[in-house]
Amino acid sequence: MVFAYLVRRVIGAVLLLLIVTAVTFAIFFLVPRLGGATADDLAGRYVGKSAGQEQIHNTAVRLGFTDPLYVQYGRFVKGLVVGQDYNYGTGIERCPAPCFGYSFLTQQPVWPDLVARIPVTASLAGGAAFIWLITGVGTGIVSALRRGSVLDRSLMSVALAGVSLPIFFTGLLSLSIFSYGLGWTQQGGINPLDETNPLWWAYDLILPWVTLAFLYAAAYARLTRAGMLETMNEDYVRTARAKGLTERTVILRHGLRSALTPILTIFGLDLGLLMGGAILTETTFSLPGIGQYAVIALRANDLPKVLGVTLVAAFFIVLANLVVDLLYAVVDPRVRIS
Amino acid sequence: MTTADTESTPVVPKIGEEILSVDGLVKHFPIRKGVLQRQVGAVQAVDGLTFNVTRGETLSLVGESGCGKTTTGRLLTRLLAPTSGKIVFEGRDISHLGEGRMRPLRRDVQMIFQDPYGSLNPRHTVGKIVGAPFRLQHVKTEHGVKRAVQELLELVGLSPEHYNRYPHEFSGGQRQRIGIARTLALRPKLIVADEPVSALDVSIQAQVVNLLEDLQEEFDLTYVMIAHDLSVVRHVSDRVAVMYLGKIVELADRVDLYEKPMHPYTVALLSAVPVPDTKRKGKQERIRLQGDVPSPINPPPACRFHTRCWKAQEICKTQEPPLVELKPGHQTACHFPENVEAPAAKADQ
Amino acid sequence: MTEPIEEVQDAPVQRVERGEAFLDVRNLQVHFPTDDGVVKSVDGVSFKLERGKTLGIVGESGSGKSVTSLSIMGLHPPGVAKISGQIFLDGQDLVSSSREEVRLLRGKRMAMIFQDPLSAMHPFYTVGRQIIEAYQVHNEVSKQVARKHAIEMLDRVGIPQPDRRVDAYPHQFSGGMRQRAMIAMALSCDPDLLIADEPTTALDVTVQAQILDLIRDLQREFNSAVIIITHDLGVVAELADDIQVMYAGRAAEYGTAEDIFDRPQHPYTWGLLGSMPRIDRERSERLIPIKGTPPSLINVPSGCAFNPRCNYAHLNDGLSQTERPELLDTGNGHLVACHLSPQNRRQAWETDIKPKL
Repeated sequence: MVFAYLVRRVIGAVLLLLIVTAVTFAIFFLVPRLGGATADDLAGRYVGKSAGQEQIHNTAVRLGFTDPLYVQYGRFVKGLVVGQDYNYGTGIERCPAPCFGYSFLTQQPVWPDLVARIPVTASLAGGAAFIWLITGVGTGIVSALRRGSVLDRSLMSVALAGVSLPIFFTGLLSLSIFSYGLGWTQQGGINPLDETNPLWWAYDLILPWVTLAFLYAAAYARLTRAGMLETMNEDYVRTARAKGLTERTVILRHGLRSALTPILTIFGLDLGLLMGGAILTETTFSLPGIGQYAVIALRANDLPKVLGVTLVAAFFIVLANLVVDLLYAVVDPRVRIS
Repeated sequence: MTTADTESTPVVPKIGEEILSVDGLVKHFPIRKGVLQRQVGAVQAVDGLTFNVTRGETLSLVGESGCGKTTTGRLLTRLLAPTSGKIVFEGRDISHLGEGRMRPLRRDVQMIFQDPYGSLNPRHTVGKIVGAPFRLQHVKTEHGVKRAVQELLELVGLSPEHYNRYPHEFSGGQRQRIGIARTLALRPKLIVADEPVSALDVSIQAQVVNLLEDLQEEFDLTYVMIAHDLSVVRHVSDRVAVMYLGKIVELADRVDLYEKPMHPYTVALLSAVPVPDTKRKGKQERIRLQGDVPSPINPPPACRFHTRCWKAQEICKTQEPPLVELKPGHQTACHFPENVEAPAAKADQ
Repeated sequence: MTEPIEEVQDAPVQRVERGEAFLDVRNLQVHFPTDDGVVKSVDGVSFKLERGKTLGIVGESGSGKSVTSLSIMGLHPPGVAKISGQIFLDGQDLVSSSREEVRLLRGKRMAMIFQDPLSAMHPFYTVGRQIIEAYQVHNEVSKQVARKHAIEMLDRVGIPQPDRRVDAYPHQFSGGMRQRAMIAMALSCDPDLLIADEPTTALDVTVQAQILDLIRDLQREFNSAVIIITHDLGVVAELADDIQVMYAGRAAEYGTAEDIFDRPQHPYTWGLLGSMPRIDRERSERLIPIKGTPPSLINVPSGCAFNPRCNYAHLNDGLSQTERPELLDTGNGHLVACHLSPQNRRQAWETDIKPKL
């Protein structure tokens, strides 16, 4: 039964990703044509300025722009699974599976670039997630238990500020204070994580972590507080007290356990979303992650790269969704299929 | 004014004539499972009901949770579509009428709900709630909707000044009165009341029960009452249908059913009712059923009650007893009924 | 007792103050200050209960019956409720005890079962784990021992295959089984006082009968004191030795079950009895409801709280509107809080009420 559920969910996830690729593909390749651009117009960007009409047309044919859209899409999907060969005139470039496309501007496959950037984004998202979970949930619990107190009100005011202030404001502000002003932290960039320098890695990332985590911690504090206030009024919490459990056990084992379940869902989705690139944070702190890649690709109007980023982001979100749903069944026995 | 209104509505009450008839009514809710979401079973909420309701009477459906009484109520008012079977209201088959063609009939068939708070929109004033049926059905009122609503409020024992108040300003009993006023707005012929008093305090229950009885008399209403409280049911009903796991196991006149119940389940149900009489305390002459009601997903075969019945024999597990009239007006579905006068029936044991 | 010297002279007073009965509630008041005013949920309630006896507390919503029981258990959140009076459990005053002292009694010497067993059990933990937890708070035993005890308790309350069912989750139980499991949990530390708050209201009739039987049997076996709180007069009649009828935070009438059902004295009790249809009597043409609605606990009517709904208040020359009636003994411990003179009361009962019940 659990297996059937899993199979169903994985099939669903794959289908969803296929739809996402189709829609993204359609948007990037169909929309310019609807705007009146011909295949030749598209190919024009990839040849020299002095190229003649015939040369451009040859390029369009070579790159496959003249094929019907579904053929192009089929080729793209096939490339994802088995790889693809790109003919760039003077030779054939092999783009091995999973081929996320080939940037005709930089004459490079998209995938290796993306892979190289995943660790940066993962470092940023993972570290920030750790910080915001601890501080956000902690703040939420304290606020809920001291509801109405001065402490609660001040914590919630800070949280409100956190939710309302955008990253490019808090990020630049913290950079100007801690980095340019006090000189405590890096001005951006990152040392890759390996066994020799974990401290440097953390040192480089501490400011982006905190900035990003502040935004999320604020939201999580509010969520946790609301959840705790609700569950602490549940009948089963009263039962737990009636058994004579210590208040600490009542709060942590009975109240928090239930309050955290919905937060788990949101956490998974947030993390999935960030894995597709924390665009503002990466840009503000010059971190070479997926988000920054997306910005560069968009600026250069390099559609294959944009498509690749979109797919990777979609993949992480779908994956996070799946993981969350499976975890939910672990956490809440009522969801389990008996 | 109120009386003038009632006289103007062209209701020609014919007491004793059939207003509603139900034949082989079935409602299954499918359960889907597996990779392909195939239907692997069904909640057999209602599984073959046949009964009639006579104009002006109160027929009650009683039973424990999972017996399908609420689903039946929703089928009769066509809030749900039946899986199969026929519902005929005033000679017209309404079992598969679409929403549009059902609309005019909604004037005649109304429903009262258990939770008087959940069924009232908290953001609407009492005036708006009770007046809604007029607006929805585009009914012209002689002196305007407000006047009509205030008359209704008075009718159910509220004050016309309550017109501009909100539901949360009222107690549970008053809210139920608001619900009843809304139900009565279009002068329905048949009211299906799903546990109308079970959410109310004892002292308020009695007020609402009396109100329902008064209204029935005044407007020749026909009630189908859905309830689990057997004492209340005895008080309000003319006839009672006892349901168990989607089937009617006994259907009889009130006096007959309470004094000479024939189905063992009815007997057990009646003897389980706690009675406020200290003289009966501790006397263990009662029939105590073992266990809980089985799941309607996988009801026991043949007689569905056999797993809990103290009289069950082999035949009960293999052959379903039909609902038959063992006495005039008294139908029972049991191989070994109780309180049978004629020795012709199969003897127990 | 390690008391400082200056408190020595207080000691004898303390001893006098000790409750005599196993549970002795004296002039309990539970008030909730709100923005709209003080909600006087319980406003001066006293009763006694011995081991092996059952007290039924009957009343409608807002009568203060549940609030009373939660105060005994010390389950009102601190700072929200203002509690005064005394609650002696085996001689120890719970109102003046520290929260920690009361916590140590909860579950061990006094336990409670609630109305809706589905919401009263934690959905994420197995039934067994919840019972084990209840046992381990008060008993220094290993998990294995506690688990064995949990299985025994489940067996004792009539759950089939307890060694398998112990690992099931609450949602996998039927309503009746869940309430049995709740009872097993409440009784796991063998408490002296069991409070059952509407224990069968959420259950079907046939299952209700089983649970009432179970509570009665277990009480005999454990010789515990039981308080059963309900709005259902039929349920109290099944279980209770003594009954307290509550109205608007105070006791309207107190007596043995026979007193309350056979010779009730308070017009509110008459009203309750007249309101409920009886399956064991001739069907009456009409129920006799109590007029009006229960009062707001912020604005309790002056004098007798029941006077606006009482059919006999006019017989008391305005006393009902001005003076709160005390709960007085009418003989043999049958207490009534009513201004009616004995003659008027007897006459009303004999001519108006009794024939119609």
